[in-house]
Amino acid sequence: MPIQLKPRERRQQDTSGGSQAALTNAVGHAPAEQAVVLDGVSHAYTDRRGAPVHALADVSLRTARGSVLAVVGPSGCGKTTLLELICALQQPDAGILRCEPAVLMPQRDLLMPWLCALDNAALALRIAGLPRARARERGAALFDELGLGGFERARPHELSGGMRQRVAFVRTLLSGKPLLCLDEPFGALDAITRQEMQEWLTGALVREPRTVVLVTHDVEEAIVLADRVAVLAPRPGHVIAELSVDLPRPRTRTNPAVIALREQALRALNLGATEDGR
Amino acid sequence: MTPNDGPPRARVGQAITRRIARGLPAALLALALLGAWEAYVDIGSVSPIVLPAPHEVAAEIWNNAGLLSANLELTAQEVGLGVLLALLLGFMLGVLIHLSPLLRRAVYPLAVGSQAVPIALIGVLLVFWWGFGVLPKLFVIVLICFFPVVVTTVDGLASVDPDQLKLLRTLGASRWQALRFGELPAALPAALSGARIALAVGVIGAYIAETSTATSGPYAGLGHQINADINALQTPRAYAAAVVLFVFAIACFYTLALAERVLAPWANRPRGEIR
Repeated sequence: MPIQLKPRERRQQDTSGGSQAALTNAVGHAPAEQAVVLDGVSHAYTDRRGAPVHALADVSLRTARGSVLAVVGPSGCGKTTLLELICALQQPDAGILRCEPAVLMPQRDLLMPWLCALDNAALALRIAGLPRARARERGAALFDELGLGGFERARPHELSGGMRQRVAFVRTLLSGKPLLCLDEPFGALDAITRQEMQEWLTGALVREPRTVVLVTHDVEEAIVLADRVAVLAPRPGHVIAELSVDLPRPRTRTNPAVIALREQALRALNLGATEDGR
Repeated sequence: MTPNDGPPRARVGQAITRRIARGLPAALLALALLGAWEAYVDIGSVSPIVLPAPHEVAAEIWNNAGLLSANLELTAQEVGLGVLLALLLGFMLGVLIHLSPLLRRAVYPLAVGSQAVPIALIGVLLVFWWGFGVLPKLFVIVLICFFPVVVTTVDGLASVDPDQLKLLRTLGASRWQALRFGELPAALPAALSGARIALAVGVIGAYIAETSTATSGPYAGLGHQINADINALQTPRAYAAAVVLFVFAIACFYTLALAERVLAPWANRPRGEIR
């Protein structure tokens, strides 16, 4: 899918961004029931050595409000760039991007070592100007609701990797943004913990419904968690398949329907149905 | 989850044993050095005016306890106040330098240069300006101590994880909030290390301050006393004052180390972060 791109002079990172792109991104809210609308979005940036990188080419995606969209693909397919565009950390070079206010949960938990778990989770509330007591109150309520009760005072270094990601997720929730962008949230966890976290996330989203864009390199994870799965191919990143996952939750990875969808996605990635692809 | 297992009393006992075991090398080394010193003076029959033996120094401390404690009080005040001012000034200057590249270019060279100013040179001027009181001494101590605080603060502020700053931005933090929630706490351990250096240097700074300025009154501080005693060939009493300064410096250093553990308990721990 060759697309003519005009690479930008330099990579934009500030949220105040370019004026033309701001028209489509920051101002335009998504219409009616759509939380995210991408229409022919392209983006290129210059890497450290000065070579242009075509991260995304002509990507069109839609996500209904309150649903989970998973974006899967091999590394280099522009998944992270996609999230940064949605979170207005970068501006698209071409195309239309309209979305609700979004918050990014990066792959690294980035918990502040000087804050306890609760204060880390409530960071966005403190930034919004709430006094510490009020921020902690609201954070503690969510801790109880999501099964983190008892860990409020723990420092990040005392927490396991899975627990740290949970705290980071609560911090993301408490930002108050309706759209959550999760960048490989469980990518650094071991397989067993990852499965636990997927179940926990499913439960958390039932209690705290949000629109989610989940980026992962794990096809199975995408199908277990998402309502729709967009499969991206790399260089430049473009959508090669979109799958609807109309299965009741919680889903098990051994469910034949999950396996069938997984094979479909892997076939789209040209990986063959029997290969694992991970 | 719980790092401490076992019954509480056993834990306390373990902690005390551990602490003693940790202090043992320092105590043994100090004893060995004192023994060598004593042996050198006794065997070599060195004159007490040149080098008094440890037991003579100990006796001098015992006999001059009133004088020494009065002088220590004065010197301790100078050190405490001077280092506190140096910390405030150094920390503020560090933050300003961090925030403004212009200030960094303008102030840093001068701050480095200030460390090369011979104190004796300006002592006269300081007395001319501010007289025999505590002010000239404070100035000298601040001049000597603020620099390590500036350097460690600037380095500490720059050491914050850039991804953490990016995260703060995505959570909607302003520049001030990024400083407040990200950079300042990240810089605190380094700034406290700078404070420890400042405090250790501050004691010798007080000595320099007292000897390069003039003081009126019955007590002029340990530094002044050391110089006066050396001139009066009262070397053992000068050594006694020096030992008091020595112990005072060590006490200051470890008090601040303790404060560091309370103020920045996350420092000096493995970060254990997912990467």
